[in-house]
Amino acid sequence: MVSESVATTHLRARRLGLSARRVEDQIRRRRMVDRFMRGLMLASVVIVLIPLFSLLVYVGQSGLRGLSLSFFTNLPKPVGMAGGGMANAIVGSMILVGLAALAGVPVGVLAGMFLARSTSRLADTVRFVAQVLNGIPSIVVGLAVYGLLVLPMQTYSAWAGGMALAIIMIPLVTLNTEEMVRMVPRDLNEAALALGIPAWLATLRVVVRAALPGILTGIMLALARVAGETAPLLFTALNNAFWHQGLSNPIASLPVTIYTYAVSPYPEWHQQAWTGALVLVGMVLVTNVLARVLGRSRYDRR
Amino acid sequence: MAVPIRVEHLNASFGAFQALHDITLTLPAGQVTAVIGPSGCGKSTFVRCINRMHEETPGGRVWGQIYLGDEPVYGPDVDPVQIRRRVGMVFQRPTPFPTMSILGNVVAGLTLPLGRKPRDLEAIAERSLRQAGLWDEVKDRLHQPAVGLSGGQQQRLCIARALAVEPEVLLLDEPCSSLDPISTGKVEETIMELAGRYTVVLVTHNVQQATRVSQMTAFFLLGRVIEFGPTAQLFTNPSHAETEAYITGRFG
Repeated sequence: MVSESVATTHLRARRLGLSARRVEDQIRRRRMVDRFMRGLMLASVVIVLIPLFSLLVYVGQSGLRGLSLSFFTNLPKPVGMAGGGMANAIVGSMILVGLAALAGVPVGVLAGMFLARSTSRLADTVRFVAQVLNGIPSIVVGLAVYGLLVLPMQTYSAWAGGMALAIIMIPLVTLNTEEMVRMVPRDLNEAALALGIPAWLATLRVVVRAALPGILTGIMLALARVAGETAPLLFTALNNAFWHQGLSNPIASLPVTIYTYAVSPYPEWHQQAWTGALVLVGMVLVTNVLARVLGRSRYDRR
Repeated sequence: MAVPIRVEHLNASFGAFQALHDITLTLPAGQVTAVIGPSGCGKSTFVRCINRMHEETPGGRVWGQIYLGDEPVYGPDVDPVQIRRRVGMVFQRPTPFPTMSILGNVVAGLTLPLGRKPRDLEAIAERSLRQAGLWDEVKDRLHQPAVGLSGGQQQRLCIARALAVEPEVLLLDEPCSSLDPISTGKVEETIMELAGRYTVVLVTHNVQQATRVSQMTAFFLLGRVIEFGPTAQLFTNPSHAETEAYITGRFG
């Protein structure tokens, strides 16, 4: 906002053919509108931040009480006994997310690279499929994997849980990778081609390399997202009160365990659920922050 | 070793729009040929046909023939990747690879493709950087990121990168457009020193630059070659009215 001297105002007025008072009124009105809009934007920011912070504070307060080393190392104990933990759920979640990543990351990244480079009908179809998959409710994915894997295998398993999470993860990684690769300027690809490098190598070693920070960020965000999914695991990995007995058996996971404890009638388990929620939120938060930190390009000039 | 570039009945189009009409001329070996003309006249398209980059543009089509020395550039048995290793190109905006160091960039043409890498990469890099007139400025910081260089240095880096592959032809598409006058001067010096060893094609919208740097000049207008001949002659005694109008600044 520039404040005008009286002389400038009169000069401007004369140039516009208006009286000096009209110009002053205009300027004052503009300043008021500006101030009002800024206030509106600030209020919106605060409104958006309130849910996030209140959530973090509430979960933090409720969960902190139950946080101890034994929470991370002990298995759940029967109600009434002290010292129960969620070690199996924490490890189980990591295994499930790991399985999902094993399938989700390579497929997602390669599909994303293909979509960014190709303008064929096939690419359009694949992109449409990815967008539709993205919107499918996660419980439906869980039910589908139930029919596809759990019934034929005749058992709930970590494999099924991992597959359900992978199906959720793949479109996320694909669409993000495509976006990041597209953002690399065309010049770079052309410069690589002009050097006499085959097209697929140019894409891989120059373009994807340049897009890598963004791709990695997308992967980590997708990991954080599937780590918190509960519904798809209900029909696939089920849950387990003990350590998992191999990947072809039910496996514990943080979201499902939290759910089980939260709907139980026992206050000790409610406390455990809060602490579990705190750990889950903590893991997601750390992954998000890590993703942004690592996502800064090595050569970002900040 | 420099080779002449023989262009015969070259045509090119973008989708329905025909950008080049029946171009026939021979660019002599070891000399700098400037390609001048107003915006949209097809000079960039022409140059991009020589290293088969035009067909990488969506909707790009080429018909006709170009010979590098005696070998055709277009044909069912010709591999575009091989052509591009014989014909280097530098673009309007400097395009250093952002994830690589200066040294990495210069030898990228040798290290990125699959296969055996030459052993003496540092020596090759030094030779190319010297040819590009950049060695003294970067010899102490070869491992620093290439994006840390100034615009003029980045462009000379791109020239060094193109030279490291030992091409026979060097195409420069308005290489000084985004550079300040001093960097432009350095790039022009480099170009003049490259003549003899390489056949150089320089697209430029700056007619004074053409007179400073080139031995031959081609004037394009609306996708056709209006005039082609020794630079000195074209500029002092043009044989076509359009040529004279362009170089005296009456349009373009």
